Amino acid sequence: MAQADTHGEGQQHPIAMYLWIWLLLFVLSTFSYLVDFFQFEGYLRWFLILLFMFLKAGFIIAIFMHMAWERLALRTAILVPPLALLVLIGLMWIEGDYTEVTRFLFFGLPSSG
Amino acid sequence: MANDAMTTTAPGFAEGTGWQGIVGDWSADKQAFGVPWGKAMMWIFLLSDTFIFSCFLTSYMKVRVSTTIPWPNPSEVFALTIGGQHLPLILIAIMTFVLISSSGTMAMAVNMGYRRDKKKTVALMLATAAFGAMFVGMQAFEWTKLIGEGVRPWGNPMGAPQFGACFFMITGFHGLHVSGGVIFLVVVANRVRTGFYDRKGNYDMVEITGLYWHFVDLVWVFIFAFFYLW
Repeated sequence: MAQADTHGEGQQHPIAMYLWIWLLLFVLSTFSYLVDFFQFEGYLRWFLILLFMFLKAGFIIAIFMHMAWERLALRTAILVPPLALLVLIGLMWIEGDYTEVTRFLFFGLPSSG
Repeated sequence: MANDAMTTTAPGFAEGTGWQGIVGDWSADKQAFGVPWGKAMMWIFLLSDTFIFSCFLTSYMKVRVSTTIPWPNPSEVFALTIGGQHLPLILIAIMTFVLISSSGTMAMAVNMGYRRDKKKTVALMLATAAFGAMFVGMQAFEWTKLIGEGVRPWGNPMGAPQFGACFFMITGFHGLHVSGGVIFLVVVANRVRTGFYDRKGNYDMVEITGLYWHFVDLVWVFIFAFFYLW
């Protein structure tokens, strides 16, 4: 655990890399905002929202959180378990239809109520 | 004698990379993760926090797809009129930029910490904390505005009554993380300043604080996409 060389510890990356990622995140956030500003609708809206979201999340995790330079053992331990959430999201998405129908049955259609 | 075999990988690691490396790291009957324990624990905490926020966002999705009353349009609910111009979602966009900026300064603070540049580390961490405090301030403004317009956890004048519950729960929990992070940052920055980590012999805590802070930014990316842009 002893540090042989106090200047050789941790990860050394040029500051310019962080500034470029910072700029990139700014640009991607601006694009996200413009999706709403120009009122894109339907599948195009969702495609763009998710694209910019995953790109931003990816750059934050990979570069800012240094995941790109970690060993595969740590990367898989942290990044694989959240995939289980896809099952939860999928199930709840399907279940949503059922809940909506139940609400209609119970509360009646908005127009009739 | 064992040293010869270890020269290809850093000390403490098993042989090999890729899948061979995983098997080696897990089965070597020793420390699996070649990082300081505090960093490994922070990653595991963040993993558990991922599940908490995902539960909030998933229940929000469930409620939103199943409500029979139209969901309030976030683009309009969070619009502001600045200088006579009606701008949709503008405050949220500014909050996003503030949080991304704080992540940028934090990433550089971690870098400066490893270079043992105390002055710059402290300055960049305090800048990060200032951006964080600014974010919380804007969130307080947003909450005040919505509460003034009659948004409550059980109902609101704009549409589906669940809107308020989801909004206060999700942004409130995230805001709590940001507030906690600001305190965390100030405490660690002060310890850097007083030389606590010089005496300890490493600046790992700066990177661990950074991981937490980037995670707060990461969660906001998802909240921004799912709550505000949907």
